[in-house]
Amino acid sequence: MTARPGTGHDEVSFGRVRDGEQPVDAWRPRLESAPAAVRRTDPAGLAIATIGLAKRFGDQLAVAGIDLAVPAGSVYGFLGPNGSGKTTTIRMLLGLIQPTDGSQRLLGVSMPAGANAVLPRVGSLVEGPAFYPQLSGQANLARLDATDRTADPRTAPARIDAALDRVGLLAAAGKRYRAYSLGMKQRLAIAAGLLRPRELVILDEPTNGLDPQGTREVRALIRQIAADGTTVFVSSHLLAEVEQICSHVGVMRAGELVFQGSLEELRGRSAARILVRTAEPDKAALVLTGLGLTDVSVADREVTAQIGAEAPETVCERLVHAGVPVAGLEIPRASLEDLFVELTGEGFDVNG
Amino acid sequence: MSTADVTGRTLRGGAVEPLAAARHWFRLLRSELALVFLRRRTIALLAVLAAVPVLLGVVLKVSPGGGGGGGGNTLAFLNQVTGNGVFLAFLALVVESALILPLAVAVVSGDSIAGEAGRGTLRYLLTVPAGRTRLLGIKFAATVVFCACACLMIAAVGAVVGVILFPVGPVTLLSGDSVPLAEGLLRLLFVALYLAAAMAALGAIGLAISTLTEHTVGAMAAILVIAVASQVADSVSQIAVIHPYLPTHFWLSFDAMLRVPVAWPDLLHGLLSFAVYVVIFGSVAWARFTTADVTS
Repeated sequence: MTARPGTGHDEVSFGRVRDGEQPVDAWRPRLESAPAAVRRTDPAGLAIATIGLAKRFGDQLAVAGIDLAVPAGSVYGFLGPNGSGKTTTIRMLLGLIQPTDGSQRLLGVSMPAGANAVLPRVGSLVEGPAFYPQLSGQANLARLDATDRTADPRTAPARIDAALDRVGLLAAAGKRYRAYSLGMKQRLAIAAGLLRPRELVILDEPTNGLDPQGTREVRALIRQIAADGTTVFVSSHLLAEVEQICSHVGVMRAGELVFQGSLEELRGRSAARILVRTAEPDKAALVLTGLGLTDVSVADREVTAQIGAEAPETVCERLVHAGVPVAGLEIPRASLEDLFVELTGEGFDVNG
Repeated sequence: MSTADVTGRTLRGGAVEPLAAARHWFRLLRSELALVFLRRRTIALLAVLAAVPVLLGVVLKVSPGGGGGGGGNTLAFLNQVTGNGVFLAFLALVVESALILPLAVAVVSGDSIAGEAGRGTLRYLLTVPAGRTRLLGIKFAATVVFCACACLMIAAVGAVVGVILFPVGPVTLLSGDSVPLAEGLLRLLFVALYLAAAMAALGAIGLAISTLTEHTVGAMAAILVIAVASQVADSVSQIAVIHPYLPTHFWLSFDAMLRVPVAWPDLLHGLLSFAVYVVIFGSVAWARFTTADVTS
């Protein structure tokens, strides 16, 4: 693999990257050799890259060694039920907590060592909004801007107003944060991430607690941010909330990254089953097994199996050839939601 | 692209020119001071601190000669106040340094990191990024400014009220010598600054405690307990051997400033003690804060 600047993320290997052969390993040695500060992004075109990133709290493994690969320019949905390690991962990415193990790079810069250099290029909302209740929205943003040692104080008022305008809070700029509604608080937190142009925006559950209207607005905002070429890393426990805006997804379950890839790849996984309607299901099951299909299950006048790489036409032909009366044959596409639940587990599957 | 345009002064690798770094440091300090001093709680604390010399003056005016209680130091000043109004300022500093001033310092320093952590704003400051060492420095600087403001304000209010209520003239020092009023006021200024240094040392202890928790009230209580317990221990003669190492032991050594010649060794000993406390607890705070996981 040769170093590709910019956003050539299409060629990056995706799919399940747990254990064993890790495609992300390929770029690892080269990264160590070049000075981090001169690169705008990772040579592999990754805005976020982690290897074996893990965090242990006491005897509980909150994040169990994950290999994130977020292509530059993508909108990456970081999904998983509550308690699956999403926020802990985000806190590690931003240098708030120290990983127990593993390495991580943000925009090609090693974290947390390069935090001061890279974090000004990253906007973030971590685990809900948190501001000074006695200050106005505007004063709160001014406080954050004053904290940024790379921000120009002369342009601060204009940038603060622009950020407030972008999230539709300009009218409430002078109102105390205490008096903001939950939706307004959430939007102020997003505005804090937009105080200056960013190359990467990390949003942790940005739609949490918002009504459907607010959720739509946040989605539109994310689309807008992404349209500027900014990489967006957005976490959610609801696939439906981010499905429409994401190009890539990573799915967490109990501290592990159980899936990572493009949305198409996730959808691709759903075409993996074939359903045969027949009066002689046992006979059909034998044929399917004979074809090497796995996970064959027989129900009343129905047989389903993992179709794998086999073409449906071939399966149909073999069934007919074997004298199975085929009443119907289909490749049902599971909804993304079903897939998501299949990946993350039903119910309260909380780690620890 | 954007980053360079916005920052202008950012060098390769994110390093910033020293001048710009200083300018940004003061920008954040200004923001921090506004946050501390515009809080209703701080304003109320300062009002209480300012009310004490007023009350003391009125009480002494109304019932002259009725001075009771207090240690040797307090008594020495008490008897002088009615003779010279300037001594009301010294008296107020001594009286307030026992409890009210440490309480105010405990509130401000205990809130410094714990308050941000409890509110959740700490994670937003750190992801800006504020820089942990830099933020800690700013928090301590703001505490020091508060200590200085509080002590100078007590001295100023005490002097003004004293001048209004009592006769004023050449200042008779504790050693019996008399110095002109202007020199007396200058010595008052140094006394206030010395006590501010003492409070800053307590502020350093407070900062360290504040990095250990996200519960502001707990941090404040712990700081106050340390200040009070230290003063109690300082009055138990059986453990005199540890007295010089107590954080509060040198707080009232400022009466050395009220002698001719000034007892410099006492003052320097005190300042050294404060400096050591700032270094030790500053290091504790730094070691803790720069490595702690921010999960609030």
